[in-house]
Amino acid sequence: MTSEVKIKCRNLWKLFGSAPESFMREHDNNPSPETIEKAGYIGAVQDVSFDVHAGEILMIMGLSGSGKSTLIRCITRLNDPTFGSMEYDGDDLLKATPEELIEIRRHKMGMVFQNFGLLPNRDVLSNIAFPLEVRGMPKAEREAKAREMIELVSLTGREAYFPRELSGGQQQRVGIARSLAVEPDVWFLDEPFSALDPLIRAEMQDEFLRLQKKLKKTIVFITHDFEEAVKLGDRIGIMKDGRMVQMDTPEQIVLHPATDYVAEFARNAPHERIVTVRAIMSDTTVTGDNPIDAHALIGAVAKRVLTAEAPIPVEHDGQIIGSIDRTAMLNGLFGDDA
Amino acid sequence: MGKSTLKDLLERTPLWQQFVAIALVGIAMFFSWDGFLRLPSDLIIPMKQWITQFFNWLGNDAAIGEYKFKQFTRSFALVLKQPLLWAEYFLYRGYRPLDLPPVPWITLILAGGIFGHWISGWRLALFTMGCMLYLAVFGLWRDSMRTLSIVVISVPFAVLIGLWLGIWVTRSKRAASIITPMFDLMQATPHMAYLVPVVILFGFGQVPAMIATVIFAMPPMARCTILGIQTVPPEIIESGQMSGCTPRQLLWKVQIPAGKRILMLGVNQVVMQTLAMAVIASLVGATGLGQKLLNSLQQLKLGAAVEQGLAIVLIAVVLDRLTQAYANRTNNYSPPEPNLMKRHKHLVAFGAMIVVTFILAWMFEEASVLPRSMTFTFGTQLDTAVRWFSANAYAYIQPVRDFLTLYVLLPVRNFFLIVPWPVVVLMVGAAGLRLGGKSVAIQCMSLVMMIVLFGFWVPAVLTVYLVFSAVIICIMIGVPIGIWASRSDRVATVVLGICDTLQTFPSFIYLIPVIMLLKVGDLSNIVAILAYATVPAIRYTYLGLKGVPTVTVEAAIANGCTPRQRLLKVELPLALPEIMLGINQTIMMALAMVAITALIGSRDLGQEIYRALPTADTGRGVLAGLAIAAIGIIADRLIQAWAAQRKKLLGVAS
Ligand SMILES: Nc1ncnc2c1ncn2[C@@H]1O[C@H](COP(=O)(O)OP(=O)(O)O)[C@@H](O)[C@H]1O
Ligand SMILES: [Mg+2]
Repeated sequence: MTSEVKIKCRNLWKLFGSAPESFMREHDNNPSPETIEKAGYIGAVQDVSFDVHAGEILMIMGLSGSGKSTLIRCITRLNDPTFGSMEYDGDDLLKATPEELIEIRRHKMGMVFQNFGLLPNRDVLSNIAFPLEVRGMPKAEREAKAREMIELVSLTGREAYFPRELSGGQQQRVGIARSLAVEPDVWFLDEPFSALDPLIRAEMQDEFLRLQKKLKKTIVFITHDFEEAVKLGDRIGIMKDGRMVQMDTPEQIVLHPATDYVAEFARNAPHERIVTVRAIMSDTTVTGDNPIDAHALIGAVAKRVLTAEAPIPVEHDGQIIGSIDRTAMLNGLFGDDA
Repeated sequence: MGKSTLKDLLERTPLWQQFVAIALVGIAMFFSWDGFLRLPSDLIIPMKQWITQFFNWLGNDAAIGEYKFKQFTRSFALVLKQPLLWAEYFLYRGYRPLDLPPVPWITLILAGGIFGHWISGWRLALFTMGCMLYLAVFGLWRDSMRTLSIVVISVPFAVLIGLWLGIWVTRSKRAASIITPMFDLMQATPHMAYLVPVVILFGFGQVPAMIATVIFAMPPMARCTILGIQTVPPEIIESGQMSGCTPRQLLWKVQIPAGKRILMLGVNQVVMQTLAMAVIASLVGATGLGQKLLNSLQQLKLGAAVEQGLAIVLIAVVLDRLTQAYANRTNNYSPPEPNLMKRHKHLVAFGAMIVVTFILAWMFEEASVLPRSMTFTFGTQLDTAVRWFSANAYAYIQPVRDFLTLYVLLPVRNFFLIVPWPVVVLMVGAAGLRLGGKSVAIQCMSLVMMIVLFGFWVPAVLTVYLVFSAVIICIMIGVPIGIWASRSDRVATVVLGICDTLQTFPSFIYLIPVIMLLKVGDLSNIVAILAYATVPAIRYTYLGLKGVPTVTVEAAIANGCTPRQRLLKVELPLALPEIMLGINQTIMMALAMVAITALIGSRDLGQEIYRALPTADTGRGVLAGLAIAAIGIIADRLIQAWAAQRKKLLGVAS
């Protein structure tokens, strides 16, 4: 990917415990997990480096307690990292003064929380207008903007409802509208749909994709659900015990898991909806009618490949670039070890 | 090496063996030197005198430049007097210079009704008006308004100061480390102890009462502020931060509104404490219902005392219900009523009511100030009835009382009195070490030592004896009631309802029936304490049993436990830490009540405070108050440590 880098994190650490900075310094800013545990610290985020590109949806995936929330809190500076560097549009985010930070949050960042984080004493309209209110926008203007947001998340008619009168899904729509009201550059979502029922969750995921198609934000999205990560993400970063074990496209993660831990997630993933033909084809070109597009998901062409006797050619930009046969398709669908 | 073996020894021998060893040492001490029972006066640190001298100096001679500190306090009092005066003009006096009458009583009653309806509904409205009507009809209006003036003016001060301190504590670790222990101490110190220094600095009367009231009522507000701010869910705070709030915006737009319910419960506590203090402040010359009640009690006009006591109780219950309802109402956010008239119907009704009642008051004198001839009292009749009753009942009560006093209480008291103080120091230390570690042990031991060294050992022992006896009985009564309530929801509703109501009464009130039935003496003190302090034992037993996980109970049933076995072997052991916390509360309340029972005669620390009042012996009063606080803190530390240990062992979350 070559698009511009929005957020750049290098060697990010966050330890919980007393005086973690001096502990880090004593260990060359690179203590081992064992040292950390022995010294009684909690290594919530350990040596994490990655970039977030403009316009992408980056999913952070991991079991509960793996440090996802802490990572996102570091990037938004709700928590100050113990060590490491962070750049936002090329500016050092760790050097931002409290005032600058407030400005950044007021204009550039939006965040959605797992348990919504709505203000119980404000109605829907005023909850959504809240970030605009604190930055001093006049009432009429901010309410107009809030109404626009309400329409965007399809809550029209609920303006005067209070959070406790709304269902979980509706409350999260309010959370989403509020985070978008400031028209942020980067949009953070920390397990936004985890507290919702499966049906509502699926509905909200579709809604999210619809919104993103329209808004094209840069997104960091946290989930503990691999399927959700696959469904929504352009790239997935997988965390375990505070470390980022792999960060790649869903397809690469499914096909080439870096560790057994990742493979465990990938095993149950719906390969047919993740892997493209290109990733599993062989380079030997064959001739034949009606070649398959290299970008097609294997699920879409599985039937044809599996029922064909001979390998089928694969084309890209009108050129035959390889071929695919039954064995490759079976491996692609069920993994190499199936 | 030697040290560590001692430590090992202390940790390995069971606590009871250590206690036996200490007791043996104690017996030896008892026979060896009288000073172990009562420290010779030349060994006592004259802290009492120093404090008294300091306050006398502060009250009389202290000066900054040519301004005497006394002038400063007097002018401070003068400033504080203004709002109080205005409240009094407004509520019952009227403004003489302009010949303005006070607000008509019917206006106030109807205002109470409209307010009650606004925050809760018809029931509260009628209840409020009924209680206020009682005050008017029984000729207690003026005195009630006097007391209420103190409440009305003290509450905003206490709330604002408490709010400010609470916010400060949540913002600064340093402030927290200073202020939090101070609040612990302040809340463990009985009301009366506050009055002594205030009298020295501000004299007798309404204003000192108000100052003591504000100081006394402020810590609960600060505590609730801290709790309210700290218990706002972190996601709400983070969402506020991510919305770009400045710290100030975060506090006022996010944390305080989200924690409002707890803050309002703080206001409720402030109001209740204020009323309790305003009543007790009659001891320093505050006028009002408290003073009337005190007079009636001292002259044994029990009929009048009952009427006045009932007035105080009704005011307490009304204020409690109103503030509670208001606190609960704050979270019922709902869309505003579109119709303007309807939305502001209470305001409209209030306006109309003002107009109508003022016209009525202008036309009829009686509607403005209820003339004495139209009030009535059953004082004399009640008096006769009470006298008749107690004369008759006393024949039955007296033998019981004498028997209990002679054969139960006195032996216990004598036993307490022969325990040498080093024994107590050591036992408290051993228990503290085992339960809470070294710092708890040192803290508790030094508190006992202070009581000894400042010369309060004997009254402190008598206090512990009273509290101990009362708490034992509280447990014997409270725990079974709690168990009973936990068995049936219907019983629970009734019992907890009664507990709630009992807890709103100012402690003073409990003296009335005790004097009626038992006259004076140790047993009366204990019964008065009982009446006041049993509630937490009931409530925590109930909560503890209800908190036992259902699966555990069901497993016990599945294992074939009889209901009795289930209770004794499963539920009570699991609920024990919670029950102990209830007993902790019971001890605290018993200690608070000890100070009040001094009014009906005792020889304990409460009496020390009470005696210090008229003689302005600040050192004696303050130190006796702090000694009560010290006993409370020791009990609290040990029990809390035990409960925490136990809960951890049982794996139940605290
Ligand atoms: N404020 C904190 N203090 C101490 N430990 C924390 C704190 N916040 C998180 N942790 C610990 O850091 C680890 C990672 O937590 P978190 O980032 O919330 O994980 P996730 O969001 O992946 O479930 C956990 O072990 C958690 O207990
Ligand atoms: Mg999380």
